[in-house]
Amino acid sequence: MVPRVILGGGIVKGMIETARNFVGSYTDASRLTTVEYPEQRIPLHANARQFPFLVFDGTDPMAGLRCVACQICEKECPPQCIYIIKDSVKKPDYLGKMQMQPKVFDIDLSVCMSCQICVEVCPFDAIKMDTEFELSNDDRFAGLLVNKHQLAKPNSHFARIHPAEAAEVDGRLAAEKAKAEAKARADAEAKAKAAATSPPPAGNPSSSPPPKS
Amino acid sequence: MEPLKGLLSTLWKALTDQPDPKAPFLESIPEDYRSLASAVLSVAPILMVFPLLFALTTVLERKGLGRIQNRLGPNRVGPAGFLQFAADGLKTLTKEDVVPRAADRVVHFLAPIALVIPVLLTFAVLPFGRNLAPIDLDAGLLFFFAVSSATELAVFMAGWASRNKYSLLGALRAVAQMVSYEIPLVLAALSVVMITGTLSLSAIAAAQSPTPGSFLAPWYVFTPWGLMGFLLFMIAACAEANRSPFDLPEGESEIIAGYYLEYSGFKFALFFLGEYLGLFASSGLAITLFLGGWNAPFAFMQGWLPSWVWFFAKLATLIAVFIWIRGTLPRVRMDQLMGLAWKFMIPMTLLTLVAAGLWHRLPSAPLRWVACTALLAGAFLVLGRVLMPRTRHGRRVYRYAD
Repeated sequence: MVPRVILGGGIVKGMIETARNFVGSYTDASRLTTVEYPEQRIPLHANARQFPFLVFDGTDPMAGLRCVACQICEKECPPQCIYIIKDSVKKPDYLGKMQMQPKVFDIDLSVCMSCQICVEVCPFDAIKMDTEFELSNDDRFAGLLVNKHQLAKPNSHFARIHPAEAAEVDGRLAAEKAKAEAKARADAEAKAKAAATSPPPAGNPSSSPPPKS
Repeated sequence: MEPLKGLLSTLWKALTDQPDPKAPFLESIPEDYRSLASAVLSVAPILMVFPLLFALTTVLERKGLGRIQNRLGPNRVGPAGFLQFAADGLKTLTKEDVVPRAADRVVHFLAPIALVIPVLLTFAVLPFGRNLAPIDLDAGLLFFFAVSSATELAVFMAGWASRNKYSLLGALRAVAQMVSYEIPLVLAALSVVMITGTLSLSAIAAAQSPTPGSFLAPWYVFTPWGLMGFLLFMIAACAEANRSPFDLPEGESEIIAGYYLEYSGFKFALFFLGEYLGLFASSGLAITLFLGGWNAPFAFMQGWLPSWVWFFAKLATLIAVFIWIRGTLPRVRMDQLMGLAWKFMIPMTLLTLVAAGLWHRLPSAPLRWVACTALLAGAFLVLGRVLMPRTRHGRRVYRYAD
């Protein structure tokens, strides 16, 4: 060790340290932490979030789109980058109920700030965050306005990029669907029962339908 | 056909250390053109070798600095990134040349040229090999210092003509620094002149050739005054070339890029080139003065390789050391820079002159070794302790942040 009292001793100490770094970078692979990005990729962090996409169920993107064009996300979006026009034609959702659907659903890629508020306000689990980050484009006008066909991605994609969150959403939706089906079945049964037990005479006041509550 | 044969013969003679390498080519051409051809033969290799060395150094420097910081450095263009300099060169050539509206256009244009030309002229007197000194001037050392100090003018031209406060500040800093370090640079070189008694760089290099019976070559760096002179010379050369840790004239955190702030495109590249060529030239001078020039380090190695290989091996080593220093030391402050020059470097170089005189006068080998070592080591310790005292920093107290 170079004594500190000599002028230049600190310089020698520093030179030894940098020489150790120089040699170490060739001999010790753990020193070189650089990831050579385009060729070499590291798995994304579990919470990676970049740009929203629209989830669809089944195989047909437009028929399976969960979005019901409620426009909550459009209104909540802080930089106002979502643009929705409702379609006049309705389509059945995953419960079989007729719902609205978006005719136009555009997100301006250059304006979106990846805040994820659209995802948090969506009551239908229709919009989620994607992990895709290589979003550069050679057309700075049309290329940066992403339409609903480009935004639609299957639920399996969601399950792949965010497995835990997707499992939770799938479970919740399946439970809702099961509940709805059970209710429908119970309703049908009750209706059938009522139809079977109801007496044919119409003038009897005691057999009138129960008052709606 | 005849000139081509002559040229090949000249090349062969130059590369194999034979005397008078220019003769075969000059004899093959008409007598009227011989002096011109002789000049071209001297200039062309310098213009080819040193810019290429500069280009390679930029890549190697970036790779070396990267490794020092545990990074990879440039590795995209060409094999392992070694063609990066071609990409950089093309980029600077094709970039727009912006001249500020308020600038003095003529001086602004002339400054980079006025920087590169004197730097290139300094290569004229360096002996690159046994018979490879472009001009063998009797006062070669004087020529070197006279020409190289002209770069200060170019630097100030650049800073003044840009009409920019940062440029001017950078130029003022550069001139103050270069003038201050010129003195220890010349004084350190002077000790060698005292011993050899000549200003001819070829003679100085030849004086350090090993004698047949000896083991170690008599390089001046192997003597106490030579070692101290070499270290002082290298520090001063570092400051002369505005290299880290003395790169205040271009300190980007304070004055952005200093005197070449308003230069873009190829003019900027010329500044860059001039700076590196200046570094090579002063390294070459240090090699000639202290590291035996084109001589091998040991007597038995003399003749193993052509003499110019030894010269360029030493040059490469010195460049590597400069890169290593740049990767290690942070930039000094202006007062530290000036304090080092005036309080430490100049007294030390003066004492080196005294030591060289003692070395020359004292007869017996052990006595002069002891005397010179004691004088220089004592002066180093005392100057280090007394003139540049360590400031004692206490624990930093945060009055409001706690």
